[in-house]
Amino acid sequence: MEPIAVLGGPYGNHLALRAALLDAVARGAERIYCLGDLGGFGPRPGAMIPLLEEFGVVTVAGNYDRSLAERSPDCGCGYTHPADNAFARIAYAFTDARTSDPDRAWLGRLPSELRFTRGGRRYLLCHGSPRRTNEFLFDSACSDAFLARLARESGADQVLCTHTGLHWEREVPGGARFVNVGAVGRPANDGRPLAWYVWLAADRHEAEFISVPYDAEAMAREMETEGLPPEFAETIRTGWWTTCLEILPAKERARGRW
Amino acid sequence: MTAPAPIPLLAVPTVPLLALDTVWFQVAGTVCNLTCSHCFITCGPTNRRHAMMTRAEVRPYLDEALGLGARDLYFTGGEPFLNRELLAILEDALAIAPTTVLTNATLIGPDLAARLRALERGSRYSLEMRVSLDGLDAAANDALRGEGSFAEALAGLRELARAGFDPIVTVAQTWDEADDAAMRERFHDTLRAEGLPRPRVKVLPLFRVGREVARTRGYAETERLTPEHMLGFDIASLQCSSSRMVTSRGVHVCPILIDAPDALLGRTLRESMRSYPLAHGACHTCWATGATCRN
Repeated sequence: MEPIAVLGGPYGNHLALRAALLDAVARGAERIYCLGDLGGFGPRPGAMIPLLEEFGVVTVAGNYDRSLAERSPDCGCGYTHPADNAFARIAYAFTDARTSDPDRAWLGRLPSELRFTRGGRRYLLCHGSPRRTNEFLFDSACSDAFLARLARESGADQVLCTHTGLHWEREVPGGARFVNVGAVGRPANDGRPLAWYVWLAADRHEAEFISVPYDAEAMAREMETEGLPPEFAETIRTGWWTTCLEILPAKERARGRW
Repeated sequence: MTAPAPIPLLAVPTVPLLALDTVWFQVAGTVCNLTCSHCFITCGPTNRRHAMMTRAEVRPYLDEALGLGARDLYFTGGEPFLNRELLAILEDALAIAPTTVLTNATLIGPDLAARLRALERGSRYSLEMRVSLDGLDAAANDALRGEGSFAEALAGLRELARAGFDPIVTVAQTWDEADDAAMRERFHDTLRAEGLPRPRVKVLPLFRVGREVARTRGYAETERLTPEHMLGFDIASLQCSSSRMVTSRGVHVCPILIDAPDALLGRTLRESMRSYPLAHGACHTCWATGATCRN
């Protein structure tokens, strides 16, 4: 059973993505997977595809990638609160304006899920949830019974997802394991400016959450130069989320600063 | 040979239950210590149309919800904290799923807030406290919710915040939609000034049923859904496609329509898992506003 790395949400943060990819290669990853949302939030959506290709990353479509490919009017993140949507609109307009036609075509070819068997377990890699690209699976907002149902209905023993930006892992009754790989391009709302991804060591199904330091200050300055909201740069610098907070369930919200 | 019967044109669109993700409980029935003039189910101190639910009555539904793979649970009323078994019911709920309580907060003092906090700490799941407030000051709020309710709700909100909760304040949209953003900001500012460090505000549309009919108006004949309304519309955005409401009378399609006879879909959750015709004016409101009673 080969070691693999799984990451999600590079969000146009090329410094974080490169750091995470180099870290995965250094650990000896046989294969690296990306669970989508290449753009959004960060300054360089155009740098994502070349990086993913350089490292031979196998990629699943996120809602951002779908929206850009289909030229949708919004990111389709699935936020319900107007305050979240206000910032989501800024990030999407920025990314949309910097996405080339060939990149849109590339994004349009991404599959919505990947399935394979690893060590006898049926793996399912998706962006949000097995049933919907933009469904948020937050740790404190999903019952065990619900996750077990999603696994059962999708025919998976191991689900890897992202979309929330926060990493967690849980084994549910019935034996299925859910791993939210968190995000590479936006810190984990814990006061540390780090890139996060998941390492599945050889012969292991349990996730190891890897945090990788990178030059967050340089990234924050680049975001400011590009005219992205100062709130985004603050998040990159401090590791605390400043925007799109309303979607967070009580426990996740209470852990953050804002 | 007879001519084939004409295919009847459906006048009312129906919504299937795509998945039972959310289960609501009318845990205090229609009994409330307040008598709000916009209450869509006409709750008040003497309204016993839907009775309080005991822990023993709730438990089989929790078991059923668990078996059906429900994601989260909501408890409302009436005023849930009038139910003496509420904390025990919440303990049962938080053992299996993320849980939200909708309250007017007027009965929440330091002891209750601390006990709620202990319940929250003891669970891996979030306990969301949702508090209704309908005005930026006592004059505006109390005109809808009753004399003294603004001060009492804020006292309850402060107790919740002191215990470590970030309550979600739910506000009925008694203004023009165009003023939404400004009003939300003003509620944020007011709540911050009142000592809530991280106010979360959810705006809900008015439903023109129950007591609201007398306060403003009921639904017009034109405020009904037809199949044309559903063209290109994502039915998954309607909460009736993914949730059900349990009251002492059985399982209803949603929290708004518990007084509509056709909305009672069965005794058990499983019996209620069938399509529902969107025949009510309230259905039009959900369609038009994208409203959901979820957080």
